[in-house]
Formats: sequence, C-alpha cells, structure tokens
Amino acid sequence: DEKKARGERSQKRDRGKTAPNKDQKESENKEKKTMKRGKEGENKQKKDRKNSISSSSNSSDEESLSEEELAMLKEQVEQKKKLISTMRNKPWRMVKKLSVLREAQDFVEKFEGALGKGKGKKLYAYKMMMAKKWVKFKRDFENFKTQCIPWEMKIKEVESHFGSSVASYFIFLRWMYGVNLVLFGLIFGLVIIPEVLMGMPYGSLPRKTVPRAEQATAMDFSVLWDFEGYIKYSALFYGYYNNQRTIGWLKYRLPMAYFMVGISVFGYSLMVVIRSMARNANESTADGDDDNFIFSWKMFTSWDYLIGNPETADNKFASITTSFKESIVDEQESNKDENIHLRRFLRVLANVLIICCLCGSGYLIYFVVKRSQTFSKMQNVGWYERNEVEIVMSLLGMFCPPLFETIAALENYHPRIGLKWQLGRIFALFLGNLYTFLLALMDDVNEKLAEEDVVKNITHWTLLGHHNSSAGNDSTVTPRPLDPADVPRGPCWETTVGIEFVRLTVSDILVTYITILVGDFIRACFVRFVNYCWCWDLEAGFPSYAEFDISGNVLGLVFNQGMIWMGSFYAPGLVGINVLRLLTSMYFQCWAVMSSNVPHERVFKASKSNNFYMGLVLLILFLSLLPVAYTIMSLPPSFDCGPFSGKKRMYDVIQETIELDFPLFVAKIFSYVANPGLIIPAILLMVLTIYYLNAVSKAYQRANAELKKKMQMQREEEKNKRNNKANTNPMLQDLEDLLTPSTKTESPPKQAEDKKMESPNGTSPVGKPGRGEVLPGSPMANSRGAAFTSPSQVFVTQPRTLGIRAPYPGQPRPWGHPLRPVPGRGRGQPCYPRAAR
Amino acid sequence: MRWKSKTPCSQKSEEPIQPTSLSLFLRLFYRYRDLAPQLVPLDYSDNPAVTLPYELIGSMPELKDNPFRQRIAEVFSEHGDGNMTLDDFLDMFSVLSEMAPRDLKAYYAFKIYDFNNDDYICKSDLEKTVNKLTRNELTPEEVSLVCEKVIYEADVDNDGKLSLADFQRMIIRAPDFLSTFHIRI
Repeated sequence: DEKKARGERSQKRDRGKTAPNKDQKESENKEKKTMKRGKEGENKQKKDRKNSISSSSNSSDEESLSEEELAMLKEQVEQKKKLISTMRNKPWRMVKKLSVLREAQDFVEKFEGALGKGKGKKLYAYKMMMAKKWVKFKRDFENFKTQCIPWEMKIKEVESHFGSSVASYFIFLRWMYGVNLVLFGLIFGLVIIPEVLMGMPYGSLPRKTVPRAEQATAMDFSVLWDFEGYIKYSALFYGYYNNQRTIGWLKYRLPMAYFMVGISVFGYSLMVVIRSMARNANESTADGDDDNFIFSWKMFTSWDYLIGNPETADNKFASITTSFKESIVDEQESNKDENIHLRRFLRVLANVLIICCLCGSGYLIYFVVKRSQTFSKMQNVGWYERNEVEIVMSLLGMFCPPLFETIAALENYHPRIGLKWQLGRIFALFLGNLYTFLLALMDDVNEKLAEEDVVKNITHWTLLGHHNSSAGNDSTVTPRPLDPADVPRGPCWETTVGIEFVRLTVSDILVTYITILVGDFIRACFVRFVNYCWCWDLEAGFPSYAEFDISGNVLGLVFNQGMIWMGSFYAPGLVGINVLRLLTSMYFQCWAVMSSNVPHERVFKASKSNNFYMGLVLLILFLSLLPVAYTIMSLPPSFDCGPFSGKKRMYDVIQETIELDFPLFVAKIFSYVANPGLIIPAILLMVLTIYYLNAVSKAYQRANAELKKKMQMQREEEKNKRNNKANTNPMLQDLEDLLTPSTKTESPPKQAEDKKMESPNGTSPVGKPGRGEVLPGSPMANSRGAAFTSPSQVFVTQPRTLGIRAPYPGQPRPWGHPLRPVPGRGRGQPCYPRAAR
Repeated sequence: MRWKSKTPCSQKSEEPIQPTSLSLFLRLFYRYRDLAPQLVPLDYSDNPAVTLPYELIGSMPELKDNPFRQRIAEVFSEHGDGNMTLDDFLDMFSVLSEMAPRDLKAYYAFKIYDFNNDDYICKSDLEKTVNKLTRNELTPEEVSLVCEKVIYEADVDNDGKLSLADFQRMIIRAPDFLSTFHIRI
C-alpha cells in the first residue's frame, strides 16, 4: 500500500486494488494542467502555510528530530497516504478531489524523505524511488495490456443492441481465443518449428514420405479434404516427427519437448480456467437466491444502462413491465396450491423420454462408427459413407436440443431452473456422443495395433532382403538405401486418431457456420422479403426472426474446445486450425447477430452463469484429459512413426532424458520421489487438507447465515417496537439492559447471543416471531450506521455463501400482516418464483 | 493542443502523460466536443467555463434510450440543472464505467433515483421510478403495491422512506447491480 501510494504520487493518479479508472486519471491529468495557473497561486499559499507550520520542525537538523515528533510525523504521513489511496471512493466533485489530492501528495513528498535518518536516509530514498518506478512500470504495462484487448468496440455494439447476456457469449469467445492463442504459440514454437527447421526434411525418411502406392492421388482435393495424402505426412500430425533424441546444432530434444508440451497444454488450460473461476467467485459476493429484496432489485437493477438502441429499449420496457406484473400476481396468489402429483408424474415422464433419447443417440453413433470401419476396408466408398460419422454427430447435435426443449415443456419449471436442466441434458448428450465416438475409436486403434505386429515383421524382412540383394552384387559398395516411399509402413494409429479429430473439428465448424447461415440469415431474408406475399404474418408468427441461442452457442464452443484438447497431442496442427476458427467465428457471428437476430423477448439473465460455464469448461478439460492420459500410459507407440517410435511406452522418454542428460543424483532423487511409499502419504495429506479447508469454509457459511438471521430478526424487532405491538419479551428487556454497558465489543456479545439464540430457536415453532430474539437492541440502534456497514463489509469480503436458507422465524409472514402466525404452510420460505432478471 | 506542450514546473516529481491513457482521454474529450464543436474550444489551458446544455447530453447514443438520462445529467451537473462542463462529463462516465468501486456507484445511484433531492427516496420517488421503468403501463394500484413492497423490503429504520444507508445495504447485495449500472464508452 505504501509503495502504491508513492507511485501514485508521482503520477497524480488514484488507485485502489483494481486497475486505475482511466477516465478519472485522464481528467485528473488534464485538470492538473488546466488548473495549474489558477491553482498555482493557491498552492503556493498552501505550501507557504505548510512551510511555516513545519519550518519549526524542519529548520532544525534532521538528526535533532525527537522520537515523538518523528512518530507524529509518521502518523500524519500515513494518514495522508491512506487518504490518497481511498480518494477514488469518495463521492466528491472532481475539483475538490484534485485539490485535496494535491495537498496530500505534497505533504507526503515533503516529509517522507525526512523520515529516514542519517546514513540510512539515502538508501531509504533510493528504495522509495525504485518502488515508485516499479509501480509506474506495472501501471504502464497494465495500460498497454488493456489497449491490446481486441474487438472491444464490436462487443460494445452487440451489447447495446442485445443486452449484456448476449455480449457475455462474445466475451467468452474472446477469452477462449486468447487461451487458444497461447496454446498455439506453445505448440508451434516448441514442437512444429524445431522439427520443420532443424529436423529431417520431407522425403528423407519413410515416415515423412507419402507411400509409393498413394503418390498418384496424394494431391487430389478429395484426398486432401479427408486429410490424407500430403497433409497426412506433414508436420500437422504426429506421424511426421522423428524419434531422434536430439536434433540440430542446438541439440534440441524434440521427443522430450513434444511430451512436455503435450502435458503443459493441459496444465496451462487448467490454471487459466481455475484462475478465472476464482476471480468470478470473488466478484459475485451476493447470494443470488436471496429472496429478501425481490421488488427492490427489480426496481433498481433491472434497467440495463448499456442499452443504446430503441428497439432493445422497447423490449426491455416490455419485459420489465411483464416481470413486475408477474411478481405482483405471484405475491397475491402465493397461497395457491398446485397439484403436486400430476406435476411429479409429468416430470418423471419427461426425464424417462429424455433418457431414451440419449441412449438412442449413443447407440446410433456406435453403430455408425462401426459401419465406417467396415467402409474403410472397402473400395469405392462414396462421399456420404466416408463422412457418415461426422454428419450423424452434427445432425444429432442440431436436432436433439430443440427436442429436449419441447419435452421439457411438460415439466413446468421456473425458467432459470429449466435452463439449467436443459444445459445439463445437452451436456449429457454431447458427452455421450463424444465418449461413444472415443470407444469406437479405441476399437479401431486396437485393431491397428494388432496389424502393426504383422507389418513390423514384413518391414524388417523387406529391409533385410533389400540389403542382401544389393550387397550381393558388389560387396565393396555400400548398399543403396531403399527409397523411403517404398518401405512398407505400419498403420500408425496415432496419426489415424489425430486425423479423426481433425475431421470431426472441421465438420463441426462447417455445420455451425451453415446452421448460422441458413437458420439465421436465410430465415431472416425469407421472413423479411416473402412476408409481403404470404398468408399470415411471418414476422409475428412462425417462423419469425431468430433469437440468439446463448446456451447452445456456449456449449458448442465448450465442446469444440474439449475436442481440441483431446486431439492436440496427436495432431499438433489442430490448435492452429482452432485459432483460425475462433477468429473467423468472432467476425462471422457478430455480423450474423447484428443482421439477422432480434433481442430476446424475455430478457433473461442467468446471473451466476459465468461460473457455471467455467465449471463446464473445467469438467470438459478433465474429461478430455482422461483418454489422452490413458493412451499415453498404456498403449505402445507405433514402431515407425512419431517421436516416441521404438520405445516401449511414450513416457519412457522422460526416464531416458533423466538418465542421459541430467547428473546422476537427479536420477536418484526421482527414483526416491517416485516411490509409492512417498506418493501415497502425499496424496493422503492433500485429501486431508481439502477436507480441512472444506470444513473451514462451511463454518464461515454457517457464521454468515447466523449473522443474516440476526440482522433479519433485529429488523423485525425494530418494526415491532415502532408499531407498538407489545410482543417484546420481558426477558429481552433484562438482557438488553445487561448488554448496554458492553456496547464496544460487538463480537463477544454476538457469540453469547448466538448460543442463546440456538436453544430458543430449537424449541420455538416456525412462524412465531419475537421469541428467541436476543439482540443488543439499543447498542445496535445507537451505532446503526457503523453496525450496518460493517456486516455488509463482512459479506463482501467473506467467501460467498452458497444459498443457505436458514429458516428463521421472522420470514414466513406474508406481507401486510406482520405478526400473523402461519400455521399451515408447508414451506419455510415465502415463494417469489419469478425472479427473472 | 496547447495544453499538451506545457512543461511541468511546480511539481518536480511529475512524469509525462502516457500515450495510451492520453488516447483514451482524448476520445472522451472528442466525444464531449463533438456534441457542440462551436462551443467547446480545443484549447483548455486557460480553463474556459464551457457548459453544454442538457439537450445535447441527453441526445448522446449511450444515453438517449435511458429513461433516467435526465436524472443522471442533473446529478452530475454542477448546479443540478443538467448542463455539464467537461469535468462533470468526465465524472459521469468515470462513475458509470466498469472500474468504479461498488460503493461509489451505489452512492450515485441513490442520488439518481432521488428525484426530489431530499436525500431520501420517498414513495413519490419510487412511483416516478416505476412509471419511468414501465412507461406508465401499470395501473396506479399496482404501482402503489410495488412501492409499498419496496419500502417494506428495504426500509430498515422504518421511517417510510429509504435513506442512503438503507439503499446501500440493499443494492450492495444485488447480483446484477454492477453489470447493469454500467455504461461503456
């Protein structure tokens, strides 16, 4: 904090913990310059005054500053620094802020130097200067980083037309693009470039050459489209890489680099996702399911200030009106009973139907993949047979979600809950499809592994035979090496897997773009132009303009990323393809949204959805790590392609590197560390730590809930008092009198009250307010301002409570009848279902 | 621009303005100037007292669809009449930006919704707010119901109106407040 204040001083800018408010900064700078003339005189006066005040202490030598004066001076300097750092939060006018700021900064500057003593003073001043420069450098870097953020204006345009929920998809897309860019940089720089620059060129090795049999068709477009031919034998895929331990004059260890880059792709993604989730969790401090302020929040936070477009504004007005009306109706009808049994039956039916759909789609994919294996053995396969798998998967992804939505209409949930169910089901669908696909792929791989043994033998004997024959002619001449194109090849299952993923990704891209083009753009054109000569109003009824499907698009993005993560180990070029895809997607979807979509009718804000989507990304990351880890650990690499060829397992490269490249003791250390006797206790320790942290967090949540309860009860108690309903316990009065002297320390009385509150709460039935309320009524009333800001601070800084609804006695009263006990209510909480934001 | 060439004289520890932040500030300044190029000079070194009338501010694309634009301009203007100097303009967009702290936003939100400027949000203020939000589509009974419910929910000291403390307590816990009380420029 000290250093920050000093840095600020030099730039005359305020800074809290977050990035500086640029507008303020700018204006302050400008103000400083413009008002310099005007204020200079004033400042001089102020300085003179200050000088005269402090001249008494300054006129004497620094060494003769007494300890007390030093301490007082230090305190004053600290005060001024605190003022500087909190200046941003003060709601003063700019002029006032600037003058106070300047004054404080002058003071700090003048007297900070005086605080260091004697010889240490120079060092102190030097340290301060370095700290200042460091803060300034950090701030400049932050500025630079913010300037580099792309597409800000585009997103703003979308935001002003469609609201912040649609824009959140584009922000998510941009974030994904950033992550992919970093991954691409890693892979490209550390794996592809070294191999291309320093490794053996194309055509020199069997693995890098198109086999003789395929050379005739290797350049055909249809072959290239299937990622066979020249593309298959390029740096895009695993099979191209040589297993030479070091390459080039740099002695670059490529197999090791390949392995480490593969692992660090997952590591970096994990780190970035968790950091993003933690940041989101920090920011959303309030409990979104809090039912206490439904109408207040509707009134004060429903208008989206970002809206800058009349059509959107109209929609927003309409949705606010509808939302108010719904809440009013709910409020008046909150006692209505529904037919629970019918609802339950319908929900069970809907779930059964959907599970059937999911199983059906899983089986369909399995069947299709099996069929494609038989096709690949046949000749003369048509285009449809070759791409059947991808087409079927994309079609399922396109038609099943709307099907789920129609079935979900049976369930009659609140829209926010319904959305979560829908997202969960689509997630299950995609997951099932992906894993079925993977299983079928594993069958394929196992087949290839079996085939490999056979081919290995053939290759071995062929090479031997060739050497013998060529040596037989002339024993002195070195045998002419076999042309790489003629060497019989192994099936190279890794490249096959890589090709499958690349094809899946490409087809997914195409299907997405075509869906947008047809489903949104063509539809919009049709509705706009054919409307003149159609029987019914196309714009109002079916099909009308499309709304932007946020959840579908986000899920598509997340699953696409999952496939990239799975495939990037076997096809290093896949990440590059994805970067291109995301880049074009940004422009294409922005255009599509602005030209063919209309804002949502029901402006819906799933307010905690940010972390929900991040949670999905995390889950997908983990699930896509599993297959890769399994294949690395348990399948043997192909004998003639890839950087690990010739090894028994892929991870042997690590052992090799440790043995050959590191000094001896490192190998010993690793062998100790890898001992299960060490690893198992470490895992146990981590599990115990997680358990402990979980327990601590639960304790905080409970404390939060208790505080909330207490505040609520106190509010009710105050209201009771004011309304003169004599329901106050005589015991309470005594307790209050007892507690009045000890008003200073809030927490010990609170603890005591907590305990006291527990026992009466246990016995009092729900709905009898006033009993069991133990509060320091008068102390809290006296210091109400302070008391009510500090708990709210507590809420802001504590870890976010997760919707714990402690049923407290005061709550279930229906509005308008403060003290009527509520006997027959099954639910402990009032029902404000339409919290649509 | 004249003020760019001024050398710092009285503050010896000053560093020159960074080009990146300068460009952002310039953008805001040019937006202000574009509202009335004939009124706003390019040279601010002699601190001209230029005030743009509310009609120009209210016609900005970011504000023209906002039902509370009049109140926003009034809150941030010097004399409470909606006419804004450059300082007020910068003040306004800095409070409404993404990076302003929550408490500051809550403070200004309170002032915006306090139509009669009496430092309390009373029932009439609430009624005006609801009518602006729904464009007078609700019946008077419904409006009255909503206002009473809001006072019931948020009023802690039970004086029938919302003080700044009540309002802040209520709005700080709202999950959407930061994202909706935000103008991007």
